[in-house]
Amino acid sequence: MTPLAAFLIVAALVFAIGLAIALTRRNGILVLIGIELMLNAANLNLIAFWRFAPHPEALIGMMFAIFSIAVAAAEAAVGLGLIIAYHRHSKTTDLEAMTRMKG
Amino acid sequence: MIGGLSIVFLMTALLTVAGTLAAALLRNLVHCALSLTVTFAGLALLYLQLDAQFAGFAQILVYIGAVAILVVFAILLTRGAGIPEYRSYGSNWFAGLAIAAAVFALLTWAVMKSFPATAAVASSPAATVQSIGAALMSTYVLPLEIVAILLTVALIGAVIVAMPEAKVSNSLTEKAGER
Repeated sequence: MTPLAAFLIVAALVFAIGLAIALTRRNGILVLIGIELMLNAANLNLIAFWRFAPHPEALIGMMFAIFSIAVAAAEAAVGLGLIIAYHRHSKTTDLEAMTRMKG
Repeated sequence: MIGGLSIVFLMTALLTVAGTLAAALLRNLVHCALSLTVTFAGLALLYLQLDAQFAGFAQILVYIGAVAILVVFAILLTRGAGIPEYRSYGSNWFAGLAIAAAVFALLTWAVMKSFPATAAVASSPAATVQSIGAALMSTYVLPLEIVAILLTVALIGAVIVAMPEAKVSNSLTEKAGER
């Protein structure tokens, strides 16, 4: 197995487990954690491809990863803010009890 | 070296995947957040092995320093969320698990079937902080500005969304009553 394939398979594992968390857990915060894990797996793919590309000095994959980290931070802030706002209204973060958005 | 992979890589990969699995399987939310931190640290170590020092330290600063803390705060603020401990998985968890397993099988199949890169791999790419800063200020200056605007808007939006809204709704109802 080449090193690139090894990194890609680790990223695929993290992505699949993050997807499983987002699809199966009942707590809204854990679903956000699963989405963060999927974004991180994509970042690992970007950096691995950048490292094993023929021209790593062009920094393209690295830039993608850095901007992706910034966007993921913004997404985490907004998502957790939404969950806290919902919890203030209906005192739950259970996704199966979240059936209406109107306060 | 085991199968062409170094011991350090195998250990960090194992740490990362173990942290992810713990986040998926543990029942206590705080334990989930802590194992998430382990995963972030493992990913930062993987970045460092890929000669991406800047991305590795940015990962530690942003994810362990900010996102994990934010998650812990959100968990503590929504304590007693009314989910019984014995049912922390949704009712259709089997379908979700099957989809995730199918995605993993597809990705692994694609990676294993693909041809290995034939181009020579650079021994150590010169991704110094200086070159990254120069690229950010020249080639990528427009995306940098857009990310700055996005972060500002997202942080203001998050504060407004999470703000207590009693005052706003009171003034609105008063206005409605005046009419």
